[in-house]
Amino acid sequence: MPPGIMTLAADKAALSPANTGFMLICTALVMLMTPALAFFYGGMVRVKSVLNMLMMSFISLGIVTVLWVLYGFGLAFGQDNGGFLGWSGDFAGLGGIGLTELWGTTTIPVYVFAVFQLMFAVITPALISGALADRVKFTAWALFIALWATVVYFPVAHWVWAEGGWLFDLGVIDFAGGTAVHINAGAAALGVILVVGKRIGFQKDPMRPHSLPLVMLGAGLLWFGWFGFNAGSWLNNDDGVGAVAFVNTQVATAAAMLGWLAYEKLRHGSFTTLGAASGAVAGLVAITPACGAVSPLGAIAVGVVAGVLCAMAVGLKYRFGYDDSLDVVGVHLVGGIAGSLLVGLFATGGVQSDAKGFFYGGGLEQLGKQAVGVVCVLLYSLVVSFVLAKIIDLAMGFRVSEDEEVAGVDQAAHAETAYDFGGTGGGAVARPGAGAGAAGGAGPARGDGPAPAKRQGTAPASGKEPASGKASASGEGKKVDA
Amino acid sequence: MKLITAVIKPYRLDEVKEALQSFGVHGLTVTEASGYGRQRGHTEVYRGAEYTVDLVPKVRIEVLVDDADAAELMDIVVKAARTGKIGDGKVWSVSVDEAVRVRTGERGPDAL
Repeated sequence: MPPGIMTLAADKAALSPANTGFMLICTALVMLMTPALAFFYGGMVRVKSVLNMLMMSFISLGIVTVLWVLYGFGLAFGQDNGGFLGWSGDFAGLGGIGLTELWGTTTIPVYVFAVFQLMFAVITPALISGALADRVKFTAWALFIALWATVVYFPVAHWVWAEGGWLFDLGVIDFAGGTAVHINAGAAALGVILVVGKRIGFQKDPMRPHSLPLVMLGAGLLWFGWFGFNAGSWLNNDDGVGAVAFVNTQVATAAAMLGWLAYEKLRHGSFTTLGAASGAVAGLVAITPACGAVSPLGAIAVGVVAGVLCAMAVGLKYRFGYDDSLDVVGVHLVGGIAGSLLVGLFATGGVQSDAKGFFYGGGLEQLGKQAVGVVCVLLYSLVVSFVLAKIIDLAMGFRVSEDEEVAGVDQAAHAETAYDFGGTGGGAVARPGAGAGAAGGAGPARGDGPAPAKRQGTAPASGKEPASGKASASGEGKKVDA
Repeated sequence: MKLITAVIKPYRLDEVKEALQSFGVHGLTVTEASGYGRQRGHTEVYRGAEYTVDLVPKVRIEVLVDDADAAELMDIVVKAARTGKIGDGKVWSVSVDEAVRVRTGERGPDAL
């Protein structure tokens, strides 16, 4: 990402309508990634907690957006203080920024840069939620997002992307978020699950994905949105670097999907849908830091390595016995590390910067810098996330109660269930006026779905986990092997 | 009267239904079911984690018939449902004391 300088210069003549329009579209694409992620994750959980999974990602759009406006943008991209944190009074509340003031040396308004970066800040905490499926209190999670964004994401974004940030000045290449987004989120996921613990029944009960079509839809939309994530990260459209990033994003993702599927076929005998979706996401993760530094052939290498490596890594949780429910560590941490380090091998020196990787005559210097970035972000995020989760756990309890977890977080936290399989309303009775206000105006119109049992007191026996009558959703399976 | 119950592979339902109709059976009841026999279920793989799915989808057909037709109808169902592969299902019959047509109140064989 090109450096931004903190002195704002109003220069209407230099404002590029083309770049500004391009960046606004990229920003909207990145916004789409968070709901896409929600579906990617949502399809992988069981019927009883799909809404909670969607909400754990979606709520980040609410919380982080507000924090970003209040102080996040200032902490991440304000005037540097010792390489660790930024701050500019003008950025607080996005109040002191003129309409045509440009971001640094770019040709786009500060507002455009601020909102583009906002979308990165939104999706990063949402990524963590996949590790915590089915078992955490929504309020605790919301509090965690607010604290984590403040103490971890905003500073790390400053280190990596802001002029004066210490990793930026060191020369670490992170085009669009290998360290700041993926290693950061993956390490945080590990830190939190060390506090929160395993789901009830982990490695005993069947926890099969309830909807692979949703997973594929989510992965497809993530892939689509990722073009904005990567190609937009060059902040302009003037010199072709964004186009290379776009090409590499496509190429590496395709290669990673093939890599994951090939590994899976050899190891487990089938080309699975979940493998294709996961491989694509692993490739997207790995090419994120590298897409401005490598050639399309390099992108194939990055993709294949990431696809195979992540496919191998997702089994680690069974070996080590930690419950990273949806493999945030296996996909985002491992994929992020792979992509960030491979920059040190495959950087061509002719695209984003002059820095060359080992295979292009650059020796081991860039690899060393990349390793410093990887290790520092990983450790910082892991330790601070663990501490934050511990504080929340001590203060209010991070997990839902055992009976709420077994019955499903959807009912306990959201007073909703996702599907009505029976066509009979799940035995729900609409009670006009009951809980009006508290339950958001429950009235006759709500009678077409399961009634929220907690609030309306008409507990539908069948509403706990609607049985589909088919093999896919009921608990008949038994996990036999990891 | 006999109640013939057949638990079969779902995709054989149409053949069984047509065979029963061509014999002259007027009505039947079909229910989605799941279960397993000696073959147990199958294995599914999600990100390398293997799950044994014990209960596989089946359909359950129930039809009330005259005693005289029961044996032949069972053969017809078996013939129509058979694929020769494992998991084809089971057919059995039990005696029924009484049946009543709800609309008219007719009893016994008249209710069929």
